[in-house]
Amino acid sequence: MYEIRIHGRGGQGAVLAGGILATALVLEGKFVVAVPSFGFERRGAPVASYLRFDEREIRQMTNIYHPDCVLCIDPTVPRAVNVFEGIKDGAVLVQTTAKPLGDFELPREVATVGLCDAVSIALDIFKRSITNTIMLGAFARTTGLVSLDSLRAAIQKSDFRDAGLKQNMAALERGYESTQVRQIVREAAA
Amino acid sequence: MKRQAYNMFDASTIPDDLSPIATKLTPMLPGDWRSMRPVVDRAKCVKCAVCWLYCPVQCVVERPAWFDFNLKTCKGCGICATECPQRAITMYEEAA
Amino acid sequence: MSAILKPKSKLIVCDGNEAAAWAVSLANVDMVAVYPITPQSSLVEYLAKFIADGRLGAELVDVEGEHSVLSVLQGACLAGARTYTASCGPGLAFMFEPYMRTPGLRLPLVMTIVTRDTLTPQSVWGGHQDAMSVREVGWIHMYCESVQEVLDTTIMAYKVAEHHDVMLPVNVNHDGNYLSFGAARCELPEQSDVSAFLGEKNVNWHVALDPQRPMAVDPLTGGAGGPGPSTFVRYRKGQCSGTQNALKVITEVHEQWGRCFGRYHAPLIESYRMDGAEYAIMTIGSMTGAAKDAVDEARERGDKVGLVKVKTYRPFPVQALAGALADVKAVGVVDRSVSFGWNCGPLFQDTIAAMYYTPRRIPAMSFIGGLAGADLTVGHFERVIRRTAELARDGQPAETVWLNEKD
Repeated sequence: MYEIRIHGRGGQGAVLAGGILATALVLEGKFVVAVPSFGFERRGAPVASYLRFDEREIRQMTNIYHPDCVLCIDPTVPRAVNVFEGIKDGAVLVQTTAKPLGDFELPREVATVGLCDAVSIALDIFKRSITNTIMLGAFARTTGLVSLDSLRAAIQKSDFRDAGLKQNMAALERGYESTQVRQIVREAAA
Repeated sequence: MKRQAYNMFDASTIPDDLSPIATKLTPMLPGDWRSMRPVVDRAKCVKCAVCWLYCPVQCVVERPAWFDFNLKTCKGCGICATECPQRAITMYEEAA
Repeated sequence: MSAILKPKSKLIVCDGNEAAAWAVSLANVDMVAVYPITPQSSLVEYLAKFIADGRLGAELVDVEGEHSVLSVLQGACLAGARTYTASCGPGLAFMFEPYMRTPGLRLPLVMTIVTRDTLTPQSVWGGHQDAMSVREVGWIHMYCESVQEVLDTTIMAYKVAEHHDVMLPVNVNHDGNYLSFGAARCELPEQSDVSAFLGEKNVNWHVALDPQRPMAVDPLTGGAGGPGPSTFVRYRKGQCSGTQNALKVITEVHEQWGRCFGRYHAPLIESYRMDGAEYAIMTIGSMTGAAKDAVDEARERGDKVGLVKVKTYRPFPVQALAGALADVKAVGVVDRSVSFGWNCGPLFQDTIAAMYYTPRRIPAMSFIGGLAGADLTVGHFERVIRRTAELARDGQPAETVWLNEKD
């Protein structure tokens, strides 16, 4: 079972991202449960969404405390919330940022990092900083756990129409293309 | 809050499992999640106060010759830039 | 036995609210009256969308409050309509007057409760307190474990409600947030198969507002010294026998669903790994998923624990539960709500009452958790299992444990 915790802010579509990713994974034959953290969050408050997938049926409908992957679709959330809480050894981080990898202080559990300047891409495509579909492309690129084709199909199945659909499809591609993936090699203690 | 006629009730005088009340106030500051910030061209500003009037979070502060923005509160919505009759305000991407 | 032809179905990913809306659409209801309330709001929005898209040919009545929601639907049902609504929390409280009238009138309404904790302390998170607060009014209550079960049960609810031996309103309950917004894959059955399963609707053959069948509906009944009180008793007894019939009808409907659609949900209670179980934990609602995982892990360690999930909470499956628990040494009951008068959970209260019928006296204890949106994880259930094992060893009366107290 693979567990992903998606961090964002209210109004950015973190929960919708979970839904689209869930649809894509189901198209690939996986079982998925996606649970959002819930409240009437005003636009801007940190929100999280929890997604698990597996080859077999998943029964628990609960939050995720030990994610294999942290997908953070907002560049400022790591300041407000500890996005790394409870992560497993060898975890993957997929982060929206304009900063280079060197600027980040990462816990030792993080083994793979995918960075994407989704805010700039979003401002370019949508004229607003809605990063969710861009970051789904970044997730696919960083982890390879879901194919771009499945994500494309999932977005087609969503409620986006006409111009919104075209924009989100473009956003997905650009997120995928522009993500930089790095493996972190740490010196083992002597 | 700048002025308060009475101090907050002292909750330590009653059991903490009685009626749900709160006496600590924490402001939620929208400045935290801003992705664009307003910058005013002081030469163009004529202090007409339209931005002050329209700002949804009341973050516009008066200076001697221009209006400025309290960036702790400003959420970067850009209404001030749209409404300014002098086109004195520009929205810039927040470095993140 | 010949192979069962699996009917065609479509695989979608949706949350519990959307699943309920799909079920209502497939049940071809005639009228939906709605008022939004967290965490139900998206459910009624999906219904409005299905109606606007022409997928569901029902009349959508936007009323000004929940009291009107149920009042409108009672009238519609009396006029022959198959109806639906959903509510919870303060919305459920606001509709309490017509809510009380519905079972006594024997109207087969179906209503989803997207359970949440009632105020106060001010809360929009779930919680079963709202549904539990109305458990004694006379509606049938069924609690769902998964998104698929929400869809299947909401359709089955119509068959149960409209059965001539039942004729009672049904609440299909699913947990706020975890099931209302928790998404999973879900099989959508075909419309023709569902219509065949539900058959012809006949909701007002027994009481109606119909100019061609004039009758007085719900006349004043009672007052010592006349036929009132004995008449009242007659109707109350009738309501009770309808409620008891529901135990059999719910079981039959679930079996028929399994034959028609290939999915079997336990109708009254589900016994999970109870074979050879020395002690048992009990759950209700979506918490069951994590509890089953915890039971599997405990069994791997050699702990002989089993789980009993309650699906049909009203009528309470007394005999079925007493049978399932007969051989265990202790029972730990997990509730997502509080019975204030007893300082324990309501399911616990009903369980110890049902255990009046077990051959031996079995120690039991109450766990209360998941209030105000708290998560009930595998870790919490490990704790429940450990504590219940202790109870099985020492049999000492145990105080109610509040699971999320120190989270």
